[in-house]
Amino acid sequence: MSSTARLDRPVPVVPAPRKRKAAPARGLGDRTAGYVFLLPWFAGLAVFTVGPLLYSLYLSFTDYDLLDAPKWTGLANYRQMFTSDPRFFHAVRVTLEYVVVVTPVKLGLGLAVALLLNRRRRGIGVYRSLFYLPSLLGTSVAVALVWRSMFAQGGAVSDGLASVGLPKTDFINDPTWSLPAIILLSCWQFGAPMVIFLAGLKQIPAELYDAADVDGAGTWQRFWHVTVPLLSPVIFFNLLLETINAFQAFTPAFIVSGGTGGPADSTLFYTLYLYQTGFNDFRFGYASAMAWVLLAAVAVVTAAMFRLSRVWVFYGDGGAR
Amino acid sequence: MSDQALLAGRTPPAAAPAPRRPRPYRPLVWYVLVTALAVVVVYPVIWMLGTSFKPATEIVTSNRPWPLHWTGHNFPDGWHANPGVTFGRFFANSLVISGFAVVGTLVSCSLAAYAFSRLEFRGRSVMFAGMVVTILLPYHVLIVPQYAIFKRFGWINTDLPLIAPKFLATEAFFIFLMVQFMRGIPREIDEAARLDGCGPYRTYLWVVLPLTRPALITSAIFSFIWTWNDFFTQLVYLNDTSKFTVPIGLSLFVDQTGMTSYGPMMAMSVLALAPVFLFFLAFQRLLVDGATSSGLKG
Repeated sequence: MSSTARLDRPVPVVPAPRKRKAAPARGLGDRTAGYVFLLPWFAGLAVFTVGPLLYSLYLSFTDYDLLDAPKWTGLANYRQMFTSDPRFFHAVRVTLEYVVVVTPVKLGLGLAVALLLNRRRRGIGVYRSLFYLPSLLGTSVAVALVWRSMFAQGGAVSDGLASVGLPKTDFINDPTWSLPAIILLSCWQFGAPMVIFLAGLKQIPAELYDAADVDGAGTWQRFWHVTVPLLSPVIFFNLLLETINAFQAFTPAFIVSGGTGGPADSTLFYTLYLYQTGFNDFRFGYASAMAWVLLAAVAVVTAAMFRLSRVWVFYGDGGAR
Repeated sequence: MSDQALLAGRTPPAAAPAPRRPRPYRPLVWYVLVTALAVVVVYPVIWMLGTSFKPATEIVTSNRPWPLHWTGHNFPDGWHANPGVTFGRFFANSLVISGFAVVGTLVSCSLAAYAFSRLEFRGRSVMFAGMVVTILLPYHVLIVPQYAIFKRFGWINTDLPLIAPKFLATEAFFIFLMVQFMRGIPREIDEAARLDGCGPYRTYLWVVLPLTRPALITSAIFSFIWTWNDFFTQLVYLNDTSKFTVPIGLSLFVDQTGMTSYGPMMAMSVLALAPVFLFFLAFQRLLVDGATSSGLKG
């Protein structure tokens, strides 16, 4: 599996000495030991991952309310989803809008601030930690509540904007502004990609910049012709992680909308609609079908990103394309 | 390339191209810029702290982040905001779940990581690839069938669905983190242990595990914070108010509309994030490095 083998490559900090060949055969105990150590993981994989995965595939072809036995309905769930469920399409649109805006903005901010911090100055460590802090707090209910309060009618943001002459907006209860408020909450957590970018920047040899200087390259050229190519594995790694994470956002939408996805379904994230279908309406068959559509979407996006990465990601070790 | 160009390349830095010439005001501009950014980033946290100490009237009338008149009332008010159960119960529940999650994750993931990083066996690379794929698997795909399974076990509305999976290394991300670290430990140490008569089990317990301590600490903190902040799973599995955790307790404030509840709500939010803050202050270097070495979810 080339796709997964590469995932651990751009990880910059811990070098992995893998040169060593297979160790000489040891006793029988040694050869089985690997499986023994993996036993808990095997069990977890079977009971909590692969088992449920297959079970939900089955459920997706049924009607199931958790009380009576699942009733086989064939493709009915999928057919309904794609032909007669406007909320499904709405949820897809909200989620895609979110993913398409959050991922590049968050990565762009992360990279910009990483470039800003990538120099020798006193106090760098403090700034780095401060910028990383939101990534530790950001997914919590507490921060979602802070956001809800700050952006609501009479909240700090609304009043702040009013004080500079902009119209008073109730971001949380205005369908045009509720999603942007949640997007902003996610972009606030740019620290996670930032620290990874920083580590990647530190790996770029200074000689290359010196060489670029000698060739008369300006700041912009240095960025595009040295920094970007050499950082591309790290950019790819961040892009992959942030995209997949963005598809799964749940807590902010749930808290900001009070669990409804409102106002006017403007924050009805895919995961939130899935939750409502399963755990409010007890339509577990339909929710399973939705889950599989999400899985397929994430798989297709991931595969496409790996395929595209061959074009633009540069692995300096010669193992590039 | 002409000789002149070559020579130009060898000239000392004094004649380097203009953009690199040191300019005295640059550090100042940089500090102003970075500090301004830091203020914007930290502002929501300051606002949360300030609001938690504001009297209700001031929350409505003033938008300064810091209170004019400090009050501690919001804390007891928030603590007792729900009839019949205090936030103390929620904190105890969260602590139990997070504590077990940390122990389970450390034990099961370090076992798997040891196998992946230091033992030879058939199918290892395929299994490792499979493990990495499970990191990327959206959790929402699993929640419905897991719920059905746990319901059959009779585990709904107990802590077990939140704890048991952690003992079976379902947080594969931590396996990955520990594998990365264990690969950096020299193999000669294992060899030496083997010559001294240690089998793989004792080598794991007495040689590799102690050397993995930094990765274990990082994993423990992240595992704690993620479980502590987790909302989705707890929302799905816990129904009784007496079983509620801190995130669910906080979410109850959403139903109480109106700005008068902001004070108690923010007071409880501050308490909810306090452990995360403390870990951050105590271990910031480890946390940031841990996030760096493995590219955590946000």
